[in-house]
Amino acid sequence: MNTQTSAVSANMSAGLMSIVKKNAVPILFAILSILSVVVAKMNPLFLVNEIITRLARNAFLVLALLIPVSAGLGLNFAIVVGAMAGQVAVIAITHWKIEGLLGFFLAMLGSVPLAVIMGYLVGQVMNRAKGREMITSMVLGFFANGIYQLVFLFLVGTVIPMKNRSMMLPDGVGIRNTVDLFGISRALDNLWRINVAGIRIPLASLLLVVLLCIALHYFMQTRLGQQMRAVGQDINIAAVAGINVDRTRVIAMILSTVLAAWGQLIFLQNISTLNTYNSHEQVGTFAIAALLVGGATARRATIWQALLGVLLFHTLFVVSPSAGQAIIGIPQIGEYFRVFVAYGVIGVALALHAWQARE
Amino acid sequence: MQPGNCLYVGGIRDTVAHVLEMRGINKSFFGTTVLKDVDLAVDAGEIHALVGENGAGKSTLMNILFGMPVIHNTGGYEGQILVDGEQVEIPSPGVAMQLGIGMVHQEFMLMPGFTVTENIKLNREISRPNLLSRIISDKLELLDVSQMGKDSRQALDKLGVDIDHWLPVAGLPVGYMQFVEIAREIDKSQVKALVFDEPTAVLTESEAELFLGAVQRLSEAGLAILFISHRLAEVVAVAHRITVLRDGEVVGRLSQNGVKVERIAEMMVGRQIKRPALPPRTSEPSDDDIILETKNLEVQMPGERLKGLNLAVRRGEILGLGGLAGHGKVAVANGIMGLYPASGSVRIEGRELPLNDPAAALQSRLAFVSEDRRGTGLLLDESIEDNIAFTSMQSQNRFLKGSVPWQGLRVRDGEAIRKQALKTIEELDIRCTGPEQPVRRLSGGNQQKVCLARALTLSPRILFASEPTRGIDVGAKSLVLDLLVKFNRELGMTVVLTSSELAELRMICDRIAIIYQGRLVGILTPDDSDVEFGLMMAGGRVSEVGVG
Repeated sequence: MNTQTSAVSANMSAGLMSIVKKNAVPILFAILSILSVVVAKMNPLFLVNEIITRLARNAFLVLALLIPVSAGLGLNFAIVVGAMAGQVAVIAITHWKIEGLLGFFLAMLGSVPLAVIMGYLVGQVMNRAKGREMITSMVLGFFANGIYQLVFLFLVGTVIPMKNRSMMLPDGVGIRNTVDLFGISRALDNLWRINVAGIRIPLASLLLVVLLCIALHYFMQTRLGQQMRAVGQDINIAAVAGINVDRTRVIAMILSTVLAAWGQLIFLQNISTLNTYNSHEQVGTFAIAALLVGGATARRATIWQALLGVLLFHTLFVVSPSAGQAIIGIPQIGEYFRVFVAYGVIGVALALHAWQARE
Repeated sequence: MQPGNCLYVGGIRDTVAHVLEMRGINKSFFGTTVLKDVDLAVDAGEIHALVGENGAGKSTLMNILFGMPVIHNTGGYEGQILVDGEQVEIPSPGVAMQLGIGMVHQEFMLMPGFTVTENIKLNREISRPNLLSRIISDKLELLDVSQMGKDSRQALDKLGVDIDHWLPVAGLPVGYMQFVEIAREIDKSQVKALVFDEPTAVLTESEAELFLGAVQRLSEAGLAILFISHRLAEVVAVAHRITVLRDGEVVGRLSQNGVKVERIAEMMVGRQIKRPALPPRTSEPSDDDIILETKNLEVQMPGERLKGLNLAVRRGEILGLGGLAGHGKVAVANGIMGLYPASGSVRIEGRELPLNDPAAALQSRLAFVSEDRRGTGLLLDESIEDNIAFTSMQSQNRFLKGSVPWQGLRVRDGEAIRKQALKTIEELDIRCTGPEQPVRRLSGGNQQKVCLARALTLSPRILFASEPTRGIDVGAKSLVLDLLVKFNRELGMTVVLTSSELAELRMICDRIAIIYQGRLVGILTPDDSDVEFGLMMAGGRVSEVGVG
């Protein structure tokens, strides 16, 4: 009897160990988050509000990463390109003063053709850089940023006729560094918002995230989704089975880019100002950091990992400046801490995954 | 072709349409003729074996049958292909599939992360339409997973294998993967003919037996089967008819009755394969002079665990390690060389060898020709000469020049490497365009010779060769074995040969140690009876069986 129970408990502890090993990344970051919350001594109401806002604001962008991962394209740093497509649309509707929900949905609609074209181009490049997709997508993001700057700093007001005092730089060429998005400010968030014991919940935005989750879940069980998973597993075998590998990969990139454009629009309507030349820059890094924190890898990522990742990453993001201040006592340390957390997270998560892969 | 060379037994019955027929196939690549007027016909319910050495034209013939792009890109072919008596054009593999010709590949075409069912139904998924799929594309139809499962079960049952069709493929034994591959082909409802390309090359003897049983069931069910194999014994065992190719020509058609393996081998090679008695030694190895001794050696090699081996290797002998797959014989060399976690004790000439340290093993002048030739054995994209010199450069600081205080800063000595490479290429008869040719482009047999050349360059005291003849053709096989004997007799190298093929162990070894369930059950001599070998590989001894 005694030996039996000890065997059972040994079994259980072995099972527990394997669970811990499998989920080492999210567990580590959960512990880190909890410690930071304790150290920072933050107002819990403020913290919860902040996290819910950020969940509604960022989840869509993180979910946009899932399809390329399952299609074997790795972590798609090129969602930056999608974010730019969203920003182009938002600049257009702000210029034409189309306001409110109509403006927001028109921006979503307007970003689609651009995102599809960009996604197609990115996909084509990725097909020529098989096996090096992640670094390729990162560099493509930088490259697209150069074109984006050229267009909005120089071509707008010269080649592209546009006159708008409030949005443009004083000499009439180029868009201002910051553009007030008064038209679509909180257009989605305020559509349906409830207040529970001091916690403001933007139900409409969250509903959109839920809808996307359901759509992604459904998508992975379709014929196309199965083909993507097959391509993600092994390109050669998929090709032998008659799957058009290149086309499937391009479709994955297009879908990801369109979702990223929409994700960026959701993000912007919440923030309410467009940092014309910066808003998109860290979209890729932050979304990928969040996904990795949730326990995903470059080869496998689920919806739950994406959501958990957003939760953990942004908790850490919110509390780390206060925690840093509480520990070291210098207020300026806060901003440094955020950058440190974002990049540190990617580094640690990738290292931990490598360690797990070797196990 | 000389008429006397062609043993035509059975004959092609022209009155009945063959399921699959290829007539007068000619093909040349850039002026070199690789197929000359080849005829081949397969009937329903027949197992037809196609044998020939590497380069005999088997692959080209199959590429033509499946309309592979490589054929069209090199000027097409001459001749006719008939399916059920009707002439057909096969411009792509997809068309071959539609015509009911299936192929089971030599390398597994399976998705490791998918379940058995998902693999069987790969890109032929059953799905049901819905609102979205009707509007946008049928690609958005949802999969009917339960029906897919039922179909897969049916296909597996036809083969007589009992695998859970919801398991992921990743953890399955190699033999089962082969079955999944076959199940995928027979699940294609219109399949009439199946081509197996070297299906047993990666299987162990026991797995191969199971597999051959399944092939026989399929032929009994009326499928036409074309079977390409190097293992002549199994060809003789299962094939109804045998076509032998040599240098692109059909040199023999044999029927099942009364065919001897030796006869086929002779036809394939075109010269008498003879096994002369092994050259004598000046002094026979004995237990008085032990070069390597293991005590309670345990090796954690997945699928091949060794659970405490006590073995003594005599200086100057060729020791065989035999046993069934999964019982740990492969782990011996891998453990001693430090490639898998090992514990216990290994003494070389009385001195303790540090375990789990490949560098120490190499410095003790042990060399290893790995069973995983392409994975751990070779740097595939590097040249032959660099592959030959690499390990010696790293572990013995040879082939380096320059006098600098730190060894790591010395540069490669191209001249010395070239000299050594040319010497070994000649000695080992490596067929290549030159020492600069990347190893990837060599045939399996020649890649294996490069592995041996590298081991030889280390001038080891003990050479471990694991499955050195796996997946290479008959001619190359005997060359590799001859080389091992040569190393042993002329250089006095002690050789430990691990092999799944008992026949080759018995051909060149002095003693054969049989590993069963991770332990040594006994050591036999090559002259011991088949019964003795068979029993010991199943864990028993003749005497013990007698006791009951």
